[in-house]
Amino acid sequence: MNDLATYNFAYLDEQTKRMIRRAILKAIAIPGYQVPFASREMPMPYGWGTGGVQVTASILGPEDVLKVIDQGADDTTNAVSIRAFFQKVANVAVTTRTKEATIIQTRHRIPEEKLSEGQTLVYQVPIPEPLRFLEPRETETRKMHALEEYGLMHVKLYEDIARNGHIATTYAYPVKVEGRYVMDPSPTPKFDNPKMHMSEALQLFGAGREKRIYAVPPYTDVVSLDFDDHPFEIQSFDKPCALCGAEDVYLDEVILDDKGGRMFVCSDTDHCEDRRACGHAGHMLARKEAAE
Amino acid sequence: MSTLPLLKVNDVSKFYGSRIGCRNVSFELYAGEVLAIVGESGSGKTTLLSCLSTRLMPTSGIVEYHMRDGQYRDLARMGESERRFLMRTDWGFVHQNPADGLRMTVSAGANVGERLMAVGDRHYGNIRATASDWLERVEIGVDRIDDQPRAFSGGMRQRLQIARNLVTSPRLVFMDEPTGGLDVSVQARLLDLVRGLVHDLGLAAVIVTHDLAVARLLSHRMMVMKDGAVIEQGLTDRVLDDPREPYTQLLVSSILQV
Repeated sequence: MNDLATYNFAYLDEQTKRMIRRAILKAIAIPGYQVPFASREMPMPYGWGTGGVQVTASILGPEDVLKVIDQGADDTTNAVSIRAFFQKVANVAVTTRTKEATIIQTRHRIPEEKLSEGQTLVYQVPIPEPLRFLEPRETETRKMHALEEYGLMHVKLYEDIARNGHIATTYAYPVKVEGRYVMDPSPTPKFDNPKMHMSEALQLFGAGREKRIYAVPPYTDVVSLDFDDHPFEIQSFDKPCALCGAEDVYLDEVILDDKGGRMFVCSDTDHCEDRRACGHAGHMLARKEAAE
Repeated sequence: MSTLPLLKVNDVSKFYGSRIGCRNVSFELYAGEVLAIVGESGSGKTTLLSCLSTRLMPTSGIVEYHMRDGQYRDLARMGESERRFLMRTDWGFVHQNPADGLRMTVSAGANVGERLMAVGDRHYGNIRATASDWLERVEIGVDRIDDQPRAFSGGMRQRLQIARNLVTSPRLVFMDEPTGGLDVSVQARLLDLVRGLVHDLGLAAVIVTHDLAVARLLSHRMMVMKDGAVIEQGLTDRVLDDPREPYTQLLVSSILQV
């Protein structure tokens, strides 16, 4: 030890970690229930993942391997800076490979690769309350959760169908967890909702500004809400990924020039690279290589 | 038709500190019966209505409701979950200001359908069909089903609020000045509509109003309140044509004759 002031392992002090771990344990015990916790100031602005960072800091151990993704990508600003943050304050191993990671902090996506037992997915959540936009009063939404009054959630879906002819909610699509609590899966595309169902990995959700933690334990029922005559459907894409040719994955649109050129590529960069390394190629990749 | 009262009110009082809200009110309400509570501002009408509808807890006294299973239940002893369920299925509450009873930011159809979805209806087509049907019954054009109540006139909003409350076929409806703030021709249409619905559906209703004409048109029985107490009650025609208490006489004689 030197005499200079140092950060505690993983930035947070041990009492804070203890408090957050207690909230996490309670959240795991009551799947989908939003547990209030004393969210701390973090060295980053609200909305950049303060909730997720606090959860990660509390569960991180020296042996863990951390992966951080933002919109599926490992190389975007938010992902890079959070990864660098934990390298600095916890000196843990980091990776971009989904398979190797023990903790994956994510914003807006669930990796395409199936997660397995022992892995933990930490979501950054901006607004944890699924009923918020229909019922602004916190006292009332808490009561509605307590009494299982979830009719209002369907009012939202009804409005969607009435206005657009189909359920137009494409992200933060409400789910019912273990037949009890209605939960906001954070702003992940509804494409990822089925991956939450019976997931082998532990899923933790941290909302820093709203001071809430909730969880979906492994092997838990997660059902997307819908109507009998308008069942839940995930997005589908006309073309496969332009780089790796993957189908049945979530794609991002990339504008190529100002003449209307565009391509659709995997939003999960690790998955895309993995496939290309295995020899899969999409139509744009082939063209790129030919040009070279 | 059951001969047991739907609602039994026994010696209900409500005090706000040392001030009196209402005191020692007792009455019974039978299925299909419409009771009007009249009196001037501050006479305790709304406090009494709130005590009956569990929006306020009475300081003393008991309000019992005849549940669908035939049992009488003390409303004050009911669990919150059960009470809220009762309020959105077997009861209705029509506010004076429709904005208090409606969700102003969702469409008319969703407003009517909300109670259905709350009790577990999960078929969009059926919900929408029921909503259209109810909009028609309260004389709102079906082409307005996807409009928000914000785009509706005062009279339409009030009719929408009534539809929203009646969609689960409640047995008892509370109305707090349902025609307040509406002009006379709209009032007349609304009263006509409410009278028709009450008759067709066999609703029991408790209507608070300061307008004796509303009481005359809608109610079978009325109670006159003053300073928190019921000073006279009886059949509406009897009370209005042959008022016994000096205050009631004053009230009746102060109706403007046109």
